[in-house]
Amino acid sequence: MQRDGNRNVTGQERVKVAALVSVGRHPVTGRPRRAEYDARAVEIGLSLATGGNLHLAHAGECSPESEAALRAYLGMGIAGVDVLQQPAGADIVPALEAWLRELGPRLVLCGARGETGEASGLVPFLLAERLGWSLVCGLAAVESVDGDSMIVLQALPRGQRRRLKVRLPAVVTVDAAAQPARQSAFGPARRGGLQRLDTPVTPDGDAQSWTTAPARKRPKRLKIVKATSARDRFKAAAAKAEGGGGQVLTGVSAQAGAEAILKLLREEGVLR
Amino acid sequence: MLDVVLPVLVLGALALALLGALRRIGLWRQGRPSPVSVLGGLAAMPRRYLVDLHDVVARDKVFANTHVATGGGFVAAAVLLILVHGFQLESRVLSWALIAASVVMFAGALRVAARRRNPPVRLSRGPWMRLPKSLFAFASGVFLVTLPTAGVVPASFGGWALAGVLTLVVAWGIAEMFLGMTWGGPMKHAFAGALHLAFHRRPERFGGGRSTGLKPLDLGNPEAPLGVGKPADFTWNQLLGFDACVQCGRCEAMCPAFAAGQPLNPKKLIQDMVVGMAGGTDAAYAGSPYPGKPVGEHGGDAHSAIVLRGGHEGGRALVDAETLWSCTTCRACVEECPMMIEHVDAIVDMRRHLTMEHGNTPNKGREVLENLATTDNPGGFDPASRMNWAADLDLPLMSARGSADVLLWMGDGAFDMRNQRTLRALVKILRAAKVDFAVLGNEELDSGDVARRLGDEATFQALAARNAATLAKYRFREIVTCDPHSFHVLKNEYGAFGASYTVSHHSTFISSLMEKGRLALGEWTGGRVTYHDPCYLGRYNGEYEAPRKALKGIGIKVVDMERSGFRSRCCGGGGGAPITDIPGKRRIPDMRMEEINATKADVVAVGCPQCTAMLEGVVGPRPEVLDIAELVAAQLVAAPAAAQRAKKDVAEEVAA
Repeated sequence: MQRDGNRNVTGQERVKVAALVSVGRHPVTGRPRRAEYDARAVEIGLSLATGGNLHLAHAGECSPESEAALRAYLGMGIAGVDVLQQPAGADIVPALEAWLRELGPRLVLCGARGETGEASGLVPFLLAERLGWSLVCGLAAVESVDGDSMIVLQALPRGQRRRLKVRLPAVVTVDAAAQPARQSAFGPARRGGLQRLDTPVTPDGDAQSWTTAPARKRPKRLKIVKATSARDRFKAAAAKAEGGGGQVLTGVSAQAGAEAILKLLREEGVLR
Repeated sequence: MLDVVLPVLVLGALALALLGALRRIGLWRQGRPSPVSVLGGLAAMPRRYLVDLHDVVARDKVFANTHVATGGGFVAAAVLLILVHGFQLESRVLSWALIAASVVMFAGALRVAARRRNPPVRLSRGPWMRLPKSLFAFASGVFLVTLPTAGVVPASFGGWALAGVLTLVVAWGIAEMFLGMTWGGPMKHAFAGALHLAFHRRPERFGGGRSTGLKPLDLGNPEAPLGVGKPADFTWNQLLGFDACVQCGRCEAMCPAFAAGQPLNPKKLIQDMVVGMAGGTDAAYAGSPYPGKPVGEHGGDAHSAIVLRGGHEGGRALVDAETLWSCTTCRACVEECPMMIEHVDAIVDMRRHLTMEHGNTPNKGREVLENLATTDNPGGFDPASRMNWAADLDLPLMSARGSADVLLWMGDGAFDMRNQRTLRALVKILRAAKVDFAVLGNEELDSGDVARRLGDEATFQALAARNAATLAKYRFREIVTCDPHSFHVLKNEYGAFGASYTVSHHSTFISSLMEKGRLALGEWTGGRVTYHDPCYLGRYNGEYEAPRKALKGIGIKVVDMERSGFRSRCCGGGGGAPITDIPGKRRIPDMRMEEINATKADVVAVGCPQCTAMLEGVVGPRPEVLDIAELVAAQLVAAPAAAQRAKKDVAEEVAA
């Protein structure tokens, strides 16, 4: 009945960990909340770094509604969140980069994607690129950490896992494969602090030129099941998607590779 | 010689007992402040003892008489002993009175001894087993040493040897009765119990009143503790209440979780709180343990944590979390406790700490509490779909009407397909009786019952404030609901936030419609029907009659179960128990269904969505589970002639 989330990972003494958190949005009611994947990232952070070694940052506006959502992270047993004050329409990557450079963590945990704003999931990639750190996406668990590297499990489709040894410092993204976040408690949420930091604001030039529209449901390829018996239908439903037409290209020239990709895109009707 | 020894003995024991009392009071004062009227409480105490407490004790007639003889005899004997032997008052009358008192007490002690010869399992053993002997020692010793003062035998009778023996016997009796009262021992219940009655945290319970709503936490004050994390976080009069326990085990015999083999025993829990208050381990406890948890492994003190953070792997504290989460808050223990101890308050206080400080509500708790915070219902359903069940009913909305006679509170059962049948039946009845009613529609939120009983006072208070704000916008005469949990919360717990309403359970409302002859009803032709009293309607709100009247109104003769009325057994669905889902040896609803089966009923009538769900979850073959509203709605007939019949029925009932 107890949560088993606070099993601690071995060899993590004195590892400075940062987690980047955003304000989420409930899928049904649209109310602000802690973002699902970010909360899972914090959960991993709590299993890695005890006490003051886990640092949380949020880049964005700090309105009363978003404060309640940020406090939900505090309720997981976090002492404070640094709020890098960024207005809507700002590019938060430079601000986060500056914060990370100053803090100097060995590991940065991010949710795979946010629930508000662009929610492109690109922030971790941009940060890793700018900082020159390793990046692992789709983290399921961290198995051990030592001074220079860590061993992690990366989630692959259909429950498969890949064990990776990652050089530190690293940026990792966490998604649904990781353990669910612990309950947020009212007491620590109320006591925890939100430190508002004034940070330089970089306007997001690209985004200003975009036009946005509500998302439409993306078309999905139908899986046509030609089954005559219940057994066949069950097998079809339970079967792995076959990647039969795949082709592994190794040792080919860039030209040949690009042509193969182009050919596939034409076949699939992506390019016409 | 006795003239010299006895005053020293009596007055010395009194002085030591006084010291013990001061120490005991010091233990209680470790708790947080709780305002009580000291003089008023003390003045009300005799009545509370003689009437309210005795009413509960008298449910066991034989033992009530035993207690009157033993306790009454002892109190009289003790006072007279102090006067006659302590202060050496030379009075034949007093001496004879003392002899009489000791005889009465002796007679009572005989019965106590008889009960202890083969005690029922609910009784604690240990020191309690020596109590009858101590009572004998006191009564017979006092009797014998008073014979010379009464002039029955000469003062020198028996010589030194007999005087010595008598002194020892009296000393034993006095040690148990006087010192044990304040230094800890079976007689502690007399001292702590009397003060507990005087300074009870719910004085409304005395004189036939009722006080069942949970006490609110002060969330506005960041310094106030969020629930009870260590024994000293209880209020002082709660600690005093724990000390009043006589370990009679009536709570244990009633507790559904204990019967189901879940790790809870209300008696042990109260004793653990006493251990926590005084410091030590539970090794000396001599009653039934928490099922599956050996005695002697837990302990603590007033200022250390009651439950260890992070679960049961890392050692033990005073109690394990799953003990607290086993409770269904059915209040059977509180109802049964002759000392009027408030077990449920204590359990919810400790749960509050687990949820609001540890953030560790077991199993589905986290999910349910998150759903309540983000979707205003425990299931996480789209709040905009709350009215889907009534899509074809064209229910009048308060937002459109502004006022109505009756506000129909739907409860979260609106999302549950089973309870939607009940709701539709209720609407049918309201329409048949031409009741002017309206619903809040999607403006309605969860009442906060489950959040509060899972210890999430913050979510409860947020929901309560928002519901109260919605209700304040509209005018209505009363709220009617088919959910006893919403009923209880709206009626008894919103008041603390400045929102008070007239609230009726649908069974009460239906029976009043029947009395007014507003329903044209046919006659029940089905089989035997039994009725399951919901805890939150019965024990929490004292409504046992209306559901039976409503059933009688359609010609049903209810065959009551052995445990019914105020002794009804919980279905297992209260207090968030299905959410925390602590494993036991059996399921509570299975046990209840056995009791239902014992009545050979074909239908069990219920009045609560939780009970419906729990009882319908029992595997068949079993009686059909039907809500009162469904049973009544099925008997609705259009013909006005039937209305005459209904009127006649009511007239009969009034005459009866």
